[in-house]
Amino acid sequence: MDRPESAPSGEPDRPAVPEQRAGDPYLRVSDLRVRFDTADGVVRAVDGVSFAVERGRTLGIVGESGSGKSVTSLAVLGLHDPKRTTITGEISVGGRQLVGQPDEEVRRLRGRDMAMIFQDPLSALHPYYTVGRQIAEAYRVHHPRVSRREARRRAVDMLGRVGIPQPGRRFDQYPHEFSGGMRQRVVIAMALVNDPDLLIADEPTTALDVTVQAQILDLLADLQAEFHSAIIMITHDLGVVSQVADEVLVMYGGRAVEHGSVEQVLRRPQHPYTWGLLSSVPSLHGDADADLVPIRGNPPSLINLPAGCAFHPRCRYADRNGDRSRAQVPELRPAGAPGHLVACHLSADDRTRLYAEDIAHVGVAR
Amino acid sequence: MSVGDEPLLRVRGLGKHFPVRSGPRGRGLVRAVDGLDFDVRAGETLGLVGESGCGKTTTGRMLVRLLEPTAGSIEFAGRDITHAGRRELRPLRQDLQIIFQDPYASLNPRHTVGRIIAMPLLVNGIDPPGGVKARVRELLELVGLNPEHYNRYPHEFSGGQRQRIGIARALALRPKLIVADEPVSALDVSIQAQVVNLLRDLQRDLGLAFVFIAHDLAVVRHFCQRVAVMYLGRIVEIGDRDDIYERPQHPYTRALLSAVPDVTTLGPAGRIRLAGDVPTPLNPPSGCRFRTRCWKARDICAAEEPPLVPRDGGNQATACHFPESGPAGAGSGPAGAAPAAAGTGASVEEVSR
Repeated sequence: MDRPESAPSGEPDRPAVPEQRAGDPYLRVSDLRVRFDTADGVVRAVDGVSFAVERGRTLGIVGESGSGKSVTSLAVLGLHDPKRTTITGEISVGGRQLVGQPDEEVRRLRGRDMAMIFQDPLSALHPYYTVGRQIAEAYRVHHPRVSRREARRRAVDMLGRVGIPQPGRRFDQYPHEFSGGMRQRVVIAMALVNDPDLLIADEPTTALDVTVQAQILDLLADLQAEFHSAIIMITHDLGVVSQVADEVLVMYGGRAVEHGSVEQVLRRPQHPYTWGLLSSVPSLHGDADADLVPIRGNPPSLINLPAGCAFHPRCRYADRNGDRSRAQVPELRPAGAPGHLVACHLSADDRTRLYAEDIAHVGVAR
Repeated sequence: MSVGDEPLLRVRGLGKHFPVRSGPRGRGLVRAVDGLDFDVRAGETLGLVGESGCGKTTTGRMLVRLLEPTAGSIEFAGRDITHAGRRELRPLRQDLQIIFQDPYASLNPRHTVGRIIAMPLLVNGIDPPGGVKARVRELLELVGLNPEHYNRYPHEFSGGQRQRIGIARALALRPKLIVADEPVSALDVSIQAQVVNLLRDLQRDLGLAFVFIAHDLAVVRHFCQRVAVMYLGRIVEIGDRDDIYERPQHPYTRALLSAVPDVTTLGPAGRIRLAGDVPTPLNPPSGCRFRTRCWKARDICAAEEPPLVPRDGGNQATACHFPESGPAGAGSGPAGAAPAAAGTGASVEEVSR
């Protein structure tokens, strides 16, 4: 398995900038923009986001509600309603361009080459059909010549692979007969039944208890080692990201604010929003009596995004550069180490100093 | 009231059994909560933690008497309130309040914020000095909201602000004890810290006692002085915060702590992997309820239920036949990266990567 080890040595030779990669990444997203026209105005849910994921690697996309992280993944899967959505930019999956392709084309890839695991397994499964039937159907859609019996064998096999005991018997049961963790395993079995090269998991463990979450994260790692798929893990939980991701993309207000290896983003974070996340999350270690340092204010509305840097109304350091934070959208630029990108008007020196002075000792940043 | 050594809240043998009439097994009894004993002193914060179905929410609702206990007793400020009727409860309601998890469902959308917060005062016929409106403005300010927003409706507020409204309402009657049921788990990460800090300030400034129900162990660690860990309707371990987090004795507490994904370790660190799911409370395992997932289980665990007993004469009580000793090992921070030290849960299926 070629995921980076937890050893602090890191992998400096793995640049985060898509363009610098030698081997072509399986998924490449460039300057993705997703707009919804609503009665209240235009929602710029995703505004110029780029990233790439290779097979066998995991990208963690982190953000709060309304950051655009889920909209990004739905765009990759072509699941937005074309009547209400405008998507521009490039999405290339296994060398095939998806943006602007007819629905038919995308549908052929979806489920076969790329699959999704949703947060709530109960709503991702049809209550009226047995889980086995649903998995077998997902298989037969992309393998029309396969017999029912063959599809059943495949589905039972997958149920076993995701760790469901007695898969032959469980095949004929309905979703309500499974516990939450087992249901999420069923959803994972369904997503993996066609050996997809790209797996997008949107908060796959948020609804689960911690001990079950640990099981599911282990399972995804094992399956990735086996199937060698590229994984995008969307989550608000920095702890989950630290466990599974090779690379991290932090989103705020529909834009990428920081991007780099998991080591870079969680150990040497450069953006004040990332700092805010790290210093506001309580930790199991360190001083339990110390106050957390929350980010002030609320996440912005995507209809009425603050001008300039979208984070500036909540940023403690917005005034350090005169009016620039209010006037100018910061571009994603190299932040020092190769592959580490940040969109912030602060100078590199300021960032280093402020982080050490204000942030490095609070919350999980510690 | 003279407090002395007398706890504010004394819970003994508390239980809630729900009869179940349908389902494959026909009739049955769900023992959602079974034989809880704990005390909460004035000004003390007790965390109730555990996974879904462990009975922590049911316990919270019994404490404020939204649910009727089927066994045991609840004493509040020296009075038995286990089966107190509506009229008897009314004066106690002032001292005993609850904050709910869902800030969207727990506020009446058709009432203004001012009215929502004033409601406990009106219902209890209390006329605070300076009038109800002044008191409500004071409360809004206390929880960090703009007093000018008195006439706004809940939908005009964000999730974090709504939770502040719920807190202001709970504070309206100057309670002595607040039961907070997952008060921050529906909030965004950056907002969660704001509300946790607010609750900490209020607890400190007003000397409130809390029963803080949460599944997030890190949040509980930042808020609570004492912690009770629940599993399948029972308390398996209870003790001071540092004992529970640094020196957990029950295998379940250890497993729970080591399952929390921690940012301080990159990559899947050594952790105790519990197999399977929590068994159904309709038919809990005999003896120790955790034994079906426990790596230390022996014959005695199936035969005899371990009592919740203090060890080392201290404050920490553990219901286990084979309690652990020594510091929290597996998966806890840099020291836990090499958890193979003898006796610290190393006999588990240790997942090293």
